[in-house]
Amino acid sequence: MIDHPEQPPQGRTLMIDGVTHRYGGSTAVDDVTLDIRGGELVALLGPSGCGKTTLLRIIAGFIAQTRGRVLVGGEAIDDQPPNKRAVGIVFQNYALFPHMTVAENVAYGLAARGADRRTQAAESERMLELVQLGHLAGRYPKQLSGGQQQRVALARALAVKPAILLLDEPFAALDKNLRLDMQIEVKRIQRMAGTTTILVTHDQEEALSMADRVAVLSQGRLEQFAPPTEVYDAPATLFVNSFVGTANLLGGTLLGADTEGARVRLDGGAVIETRAPVGAVAPGGRVTVCLRPEHLTVVGGGSDGDEDGIPGVVDLGLPLGATVVHEVRIGTGTAVKVAEPRRQRASVLPPGTPVRLAPAGPRLASVFPQAA
Amino acid sequence: MRTNLRDVTVYELRLAAPLAAFFAVFFVAPLLLLFVLSLQAAPDGGGYGVAQYVAFLGDAFSLGVLGSTLWLGVKVTALCLLLGYPVAWLHVRSPGWAKGVIMLVVLLPLLTSVVVRTFAWIVILGRQGIVNAALMDLGLIDTPLRMLYTEGGLVVALAQVQMPLMVLPLITALTRIDPNLADASAVLGAGHWRTFRKVTLPLSLPGIVAGCLLTYAAAITAFITQSLVGGGQMLFMPMYIYQQASTLQNWPFAAAISIIFLAAVLLVVWLFNLLGRLSRGYAQA
Repeated sequence: MIDHPEQPPQGRTLMIDGVTHRYGGSTAVDDVTLDIRGGELVALLGPSGCGKTTLLRIIAGFIAQTRGRVLVGGEAIDDQPPNKRAVGIVFQNYALFPHMTVAENVAYGLAARGADRRTQAAESERMLELVQLGHLAGRYPKQLSGGQQQRVALARALAVKPAILLLDEPFAALDKNLRLDMQIEVKRIQRMAGTTTILVTHDQEEALSMADRVAVLSQGRLEQFAPPTEVYDAPATLFVNSFVGTANLLGGTLLGADTEGARVRLDGGAVIETRAPVGAVAPGGRVTVCLRPEHLTVVGGGSDGDEDGIPGVVDLGLPLGATVVHEVRIGTGTAVKVAEPRRQRASVLPPGTPVRLAPAGPRLASVFPQAA
Repeated sequence: MRTNLRDVTVYELRLAAPLAAFFAVFFVAPLLLLFVLSLQAAPDGGGYGVAQYVAFLGDAFSLGVLGSTLWLGVKVTALCLLLGYPVAWLHVRSPGWAKGVIMLVVLLPLLTSVVVRTFAWIVILGRQGIVNAALMDLGLIDTPLRMLYTEGGLVVALAQVQMPLMVLPLITALTRIDPNLADASAVLGAGHWRTFRKVTLPLSLPGIVAGCLLTYAAAITAFITQSLVGGGQMLFMPMYIYQQASTLQNWPFAAAISIIFLAAVLLVVWLFNLLGRLSRGYAQA
């Protein structure tokens, strides 16, 4: 197998080209452009009401966008009704047909496309084997567990070999342990099928762990479209920084900046090295510094006259297994979270301990100009 | 969902007691009385037996009345289903304000007195009625059509009166269907017609059975509408019973027809329920 590595089948490209959608007076999707490669898994991430579900329904053809185009494999599909688009969907509630058996559910799309009974039976059996549910073909959906229902929904969507697979919050209804199993399972099946996939989710962990690229949406606008690590390490906007992962937001003044990085004086007086500011801001301008909990470390007592670092007092310490999180109240009154790997048998600092916080490394924090 | 009788607590039984007593006094007792009366050989006594039943079942005219009454119910029910299903579907798919309007229109027949409603139909269907006047003004017909006192007119009038009984259960059944199912069906490649046939219709079957049952039972026993819109030429069971009891004073025969009519209706109800049981798989889904 090493001599002949199996190429996964190449999925079709999906282009969302300047799509805008308005409901009455409000804009649900605002000029979103996404160029998605064949076979890629892209997560649409955002809080509820950010337009991600509307975008999904536009791709499926349930609603017609106000402006813009949707292209699959380079061809515009805007004029095609849902049943003519080669799209598969797994709904949040799975939407399995309750009056049909598992096998009938999976064969439904094949029957609708005019496949003969033998093909239907063979294909539905093959798909059920793929999701490891061959033994439950004769059951009804209500006789299955949530995870099993989801796998049936996935098999049903993939049975018609869609060009685009849409997953609408597919893991939201599953409990935490099962969710991780299913995420791995779906990712495995998606890789095998090579289907271009859009995952709609409000769960940032899910988006970061599953997607090849993440599109972060807020109030209908695309905030950032980048690989998960880039979204996390180099957020394009303050919204992305706060929504993805945890962020401590501190006010400060820009001292100087170049393309490599910047120096910022925090409101407490401490000066830190940061990434180059995102957006235009002149030295002396007000900025918001986003420090992730793991960007900081606790460096000993606060009253030893050391000028380096941010002085503060421990509010609370949480030993979270491999990491330890301290909430530290700094001079300006802001509570700052600090996450560090926990040393062997180390315990948390008791509340009231005076500490100093230092950056865990150079140029980790992101800096955004503050609106005047 | 059938509750096992053993699961019903004494407390729940006590709650049902007043209604049970009411039914016993005003429904079961008169029914028994009716049954006993039907066994009388002649209006003025003269021993007990099944003579009245034999007379009814051996009489082609009486059997004809029973048959045409049951058949009338089938026609009214079919028309109600045909016209009511789209209305129920529209209601479920409409935005909030339109839902209210449709519901009001659907309920309107229930809010008007049966006599007023029936006379309205006489005005509409009569020789100088609205329909005939309109058709003649348009030049489509030269002489007025006979619509009043015909079975066609009666079926239409009955269907209008019983429509809420069909539409309301249908709305309930259609509302219960997850709208994602139709979307899922479309995305899997099914057109509107296939989605309706394979998903919407089977899943609304419990509503169809309930609606048909109510419409049928109401249509065949609708004494006033049958008499006034149907006129004197057509005889259906309710009027037949009335004539035997009130005009001819033949109480034993009237009682026997009533019992036979009741049995026939129960038979139809049983058949519908059988159909309902076949759809139970959908009902609980």
